[in-house]
Amino acid sequence: MKSGRFWAWVVFALGAAYFFIPLIATVEFSMRMRRGVYSLDAYKVVLGDPRFQATFGYSVLAAVFTIILGVLIVVPTAYWIRLRLPQLRPVVEFITLLPLVIPAIVIVFGYIRMYGSSSPLPFLASGRGTDALLVIGYATLALPYMYRAVDTGLRTIDVRTLTEAAQILGAGWGTIITRVILPNVLIAVLSGAFLTFAIVIGEFTMASLLNRPAFGPYLQNIGANRAYEPAALAIIAFAITWGCMSLIQILSRFAPRSANRPN
Amino acid sequence: MAEPFLSIQQVRKSFGATTVVQDFNLDVEPGEFVSFLGPSGCGKTTVLRMVAGFEEPSAGKIVVAGKDITRLKPNQRNVGMVFQAYALFPNLTVAQNIGFGLKVAGMPKADADRRVAEMLDLIKLPQMGDRYPYQLSGGQQQRIALARAIAPKPKLLLLDEPLSALDAKVRVSLREEIRSIQKKLGITTIFVTHDQEEALSISDRIAVMYGGKAEQVGTPFEIYNRPATKFVANFVGTLNVLEGTVTDAASGKVRVNAQEVSLKGKLNGSKSGDTLSLALRPEAISLGRHPGRDSSLSGEIAEVHFLGSVIRVRVGIGGSTVSLDTFNSPATPPPAVGEKAEISFSSGDMLVLH
Ligand SMILES: Nc1ncnc2c1ncn2[C@@H]1O[C@H](COP(=O)(O)OP(=O)(O)O)[C@@H](O)[C@H]1O
Ligand SMILES: [Mg+2]
Repeated sequence: MKSGRFWAWVVFALGAAYFFIPLIATVEFSMRMRRGVYSLDAYKVVLGDPRFQATFGYSVLAAVFTIILGVLIVVPTAYWIRLRLPQLRPVVEFITLLPLVIPAIVIVFGYIRMYGSSSPLPFLASGRGTDALLVIGYATLALPYMYRAVDTGLRTIDVRTLTEAAQILGAGWGTIITRVILPNVLIAVLSGAFLTFAIVIGEFTMASLLNRPAFGPYLQNIGANRAYEPAALAIIAFAITWGCMSLIQILSRFAPRSANRPN
Repeated sequence: MAEPFLSIQQVRKSFGATTVVQDFNLDVEPGEFVSFLGPSGCGKTTVLRMVAGFEEPSAGKIVVAGKDITRLKPNQRNVGMVFQAYALFPNLTVAQNIGFGLKVAGMPKADADRRVAEMLDLIKLPQMGDRYPYQLSGGQQQRIALARAIAPKPKLLLLDEPLSALDAKVRVSLREEIRSIQKKLGITTIFVTHDQEEALSISDRIAVMYGGKAEQVGTPFEIYNRPATKFVANFVGTLNVLEGTVTDAASGKVRVNAQEVSLKGKLNGSKSGDTLSLALRPEAISLGRHPGRDSSLSGEIAEVHFLGSVIRVRVGIGGSTVSLDTFNSPATPPPAVGEKAEISFSSGDMLVLH
């Protein structure tokens, strides 16, 4: 019994070390820009770089649009599958998992072949069009997370009975989705949104191959050409991702119980 | 009979190859309270859902106030519905739940607020407007659901086993409350239940359903005392069934366990030699001979259950057992198991089941 506990702690310590040592090393390295003393110079350089601000702003905007697109596609789909087409659930789940199996590079090459300037749908002919295509691609990448989050949220409410209760009170589909379904899965939608945000902020392949001024390619570019700044950037990116994760945790804890506890 | 308010005509519903409702006919008068009573799976909910518009009949017609609504969408029917699982919107307060239908209908906020307050008074929960559904008991939630259903003044109120998720005490008090609110508002109501006591106690009329059909439609008194079919007789109330053989069809003589009973005028075309199922309610039987009871059978006391004010006695008559109730009397001890006993009844109370 006692030795079992001991070994459990050893395993835990090893795991923690595996996770934290590179992190601590990176933090330590990122603060050594000024010779001989620890300083935040690398961070100052990074945060003061106009390209950092531009690419980060671009990626945040792309993330916001991706989230909106994802919610518009996923919420009605997951709702309809639960309400009317439960037999299609396995098929849809499989489809939403495809982006995990098919590498982003395959998707983006497909896009480049499909939507070139001479194709019937020339997304790539203009900068705006390419931005739109990037957002669509991001929505695809985020699909597994968004769908799962929303579907789990829908499982906590009795979708069919609530829909019928609203219908018999005179509500149409728009009212049902915006006033009954969406508010009750809001926490799930938000956690899907933060996952999407974390994915989009760090994404490299699509942005780079579509030649968009996003944060991922900037990160890569800095990493290849500088010494201390990449470490600082990695820590910043890491902090953003963890910030998102913590927000999900906090939100689901402080969410009104009414939205989480149907009867 | 007044013009029916709701008329369900020759309705049939099939899911794929299985027909779950057939030949269903029912006319409901304005302000009437009609219960659908039947075992689980007999199609009660399906009929109700067709009236609500959630299912479309495979054949037949549903008419409300002279208008054919068979193909109308649920949100165009102006029907109120209460579900077994309450189905309150968990993200809305009690007041917002009750006001949902009013808001959807575009009622001005001040009017809607007044109506919500009125409803909260009606269901005797005036202080609960700001609570959330999860903060309420099941009984309270179901009253809110009732208030939500009637707030938009629907033409028709449908309740699908609204009490079956509640515990026994709440069930009884809430059914009285539903009935009294229904009477006060005069709203035409269909109430689905599998609980015969519930149906008998609050309905104007009951439709007893079996296998997707209405076996009998009548007042609780008619259903209980003059069941039209074997199923109705068995499903509603406790029933003692005895096998009998017709010995003389002309004079109505039937032999039950080597004793003769006269059932003149009730044989309904049975011939001598036919076997019949004869039924008696426990309250129609007394222990011992009594003046005015023209028939008797003898047997042996099989079981005695002392229930307080009532003693339930089971008497073996040949191969079958008959239950009867007698009132407790402090002066007379209850009968003992194994004693010879005679039961008596009026042949007029005996039901011949077809
Ligand atoms: N959507 C459906 N698809 C297939 N069969 C159904 C459907 N709804 C109900 N049924 C079947 O119809 C029968 C009657 O169901 P229901 O009306 O719910 O009975 P009750 O309410 O009397 O218990 C049941 O056998 C049930 O399995
Ligand atoms: Mg049912």
